[in-house]
Amino acid sequence: MDNHNNIHSLEMKFQSKIDAEVKIEPKDWMPEAYRKTLIRQISQHAHSEIVGMLPEGNWILRAPSLRRKVALLAKVQDEAGHGLYLYSAAETLGISREELFEQLITGKAKYSSIFNYPTLSWADIGAVGWLVDGAAIMNQVMLTRTSYGPYARAMVRICKEESFHQRQGYEILISLSRGTEEQKKMLQDAVDRWWWPALMMFGPNDSASTHSEQSLKWKIKRKSNDELRQDFIDATVLQANYLGVKLPDPNLKWNEERGHYDFGDINWEEFWAVVNGNGPCNKLRLKARKKAQEEGAWVREAAMAHAEKRAKRKAEKVA
Amino acid sequence: MDKKEWPLWEIFIRSKSGLSHKHAGSLHAADAEMAIENARDVYTRRNEGVSIWVVKSSEVIASDPEQEYMFESAKNKIYRHPTFYDIPEEVGHM
Amino acid sequence: MQHSGKSPDTCYLIPATNMNQSLINYTLQIADNNLILGQRLSEWCGHAPELEIDIALTNIALDLIGQSRNLYQYAAELEGKGRSEDDIAYLRDSSRYRNVLLVEQPNEDFAYTIARQFFFDVYNHLFYQELTKSKDERLAEIAEKSLKEINYHIRFSSEWMIRLGDGTKLSHEKIQTAVDDLWDFIGEMTLLNDTDREMLSNGIGVDLNKIRPLYFQKVKEILAEATLNIPVEEPFQKGGKNGIHSEFLGHLLAEMQWMQRAYPGAEW
Repeated sequence: MDNHNNIHSLEMKFQSKIDAEVKIEPKDWMPEAYRKTLIRQISQHAHSEIVGMLPEGNWILRAPSLRRKVALLAKVQDEAGHGLYLYSAAETLGISREELFEQLITGKAKYSSIFNYPTLSWADIGAVGWLVDGAAIMNQVMLTRTSYGPYARAMVRICKEESFHQRQGYEILISLSRGTEEQKKMLQDAVDRWWWPALMMFGPNDSASTHSEQSLKWKIKRKSNDELRQDFIDATVLQANYLGVKLPDPNLKWNEERGHYDFGDINWEEFWAVVNGNGPCNKLRLKARKKAQEEGAWVREAAMAHAEKRAKRKAEKVA
Repeated sequence: MDKKEWPLWEIFIRSKSGLSHKHAGSLHAADAEMAIENARDVYTRRNEGVSIWVVKSSEVIASDPEQEYMFESAKNKIYRHPTFYDIPEEVGHM
Repeated sequence: MQHSGKSPDTCYLIPATNMNQSLINYTLQIADNNLILGQRLSEWCGHAPELEIDIALTNIALDLIGQSRNLYQYAAELEGKGRSEDDIAYLRDSSRYRNVLLVEQPNEDFAYTIARQFFFDVYNHLFYQELTKSKDERLAEIAEKSLKEINYHIRFSSEWMIRLGDGTKLSHEKIQTAVDDLWDFIGEMTLLNDTDREMLSNGIGVDLNKIRPLYFQKVKEILAEATLNIPVEEPFQKGGKNGIHSEFLGHLLAEMQWMQRAYPGAEW
């Protein structure tokens, strides 16, 4: 068999495994494009967790009660854990965490644009938990069935842990909805600012998405952007009603025929502006990550140097 | 960039006494002691474990997935399974 | 840092006119250390030198804040005025905070954070060990529970002291500077104030005199292992336990208490 035929038969075999719902594992043969797509997607996902710590971390020190403070700390800590699981999953594909960090802080790699919006009030922490985590969960539940084994396993763990995140956010909002006029205003204002960016989290419309089709074929993704977005909206309207907040979309209404909510047009211009680095906090977020990475270098080096010294001493003792 | 990244470790957690250690995931640490500490912080935050094993990822030796023949011969030896044998129902559970 | 005139204990804090108030003050003294250090550590969340360290520091912060909550809840019960843990944490000004100066010192860098943590953990470990023998059952119980967590904290901070001290030339310099600077604040932890003395005489409080030599012994042991110089013994800074703090605490509280102050009486 010549090389070309060989690759072709490997690809056929690979796709038949995917079709039969057999998971792909790190040492299995995989098309180069599959590996690249996975590295891109998993690392974007990991970066989103890590950058996502920043807007929420912005309120840890100011959390209005000790109960809220520990809940938020634990939640933001989970995001660090989730980033860690995902970087590890990406590392099984032959790229190091350090390279991935480098891609993030040089702006080469993307992360979820939602985290380029600022958290301006305590209500934002509730809104982020409810809407942003709510949207993320839609995506993550789907990804527990993704075709790459390490990614799917990381997602199973993440989904288990995430289950308190959205509840944590929604509970904050319930308190506000039962509070003073000022608190209710704070709640509505946060929902007004986070609703549309949350819908953008699912990415461009299917007709405009460049990666979607192949990702669906490889079962990296299992549902399209538009399907997930619709699922999210359908699930969220009732929760908004309970809070007594108005979702900022005059075109949002139940469509009996479709069995779904209709909704207004998303401002894709804003979406692309934020993706391309012009959101309110893009520079701030990258700067914070870069600072942590650079200022931590001496600590990481020291630990490594000490480990080497210790190993050497141990070896000398044995000899 | 750092001169040297902390190596990767594979983490195995025993969730309770009586069960075997199970692969939980991986993480970075400068040495084995730190790997155990990190594993405690990363993988047992929700009371998931009573014991931790750590193994340097580079020291794990794995079989080659291309050599599927390794597992072929076991597939057709159905006589190794209890359902292969017919025992009259009257005899009861065996 | 000593204040002239009347004893600061009556000047700045709720005067202990009875045994119950003394016990409340003593409980707050313990609780405040934990909350303030927990708040300081929380500043690292999202900014630590490595993901694994980020997660570890937050775990310690969560332990400390959790311990402070148990103690505030107890203080609120003792007080019996229907106030909550949050009323106590969020509505006291710095002069009514009783934490030691060490825990309110800023993070500066990872070396300071580790040195501060280490100096506190060694004390906290010895302190809680003694507190488990307290005649006050509730305090003894809280100490018993907390001790398990502190066992881990001290392991974490000691290991890092050694790694940084015996790591690279740069890390050695940084941790030595942190040790030298923070050394000024470590004496206060084992000095008795009026509250300590009263609680000790009642069999509730810990004998800090007994702890002091053990404290310095353990600290010096780890510093030696970390190849670090032991700073010269000098007069230590004090005042925190009596409500006289460094400039840093006011800023920390301004941030922590902001919501409760800006929206009085609101439920969150």
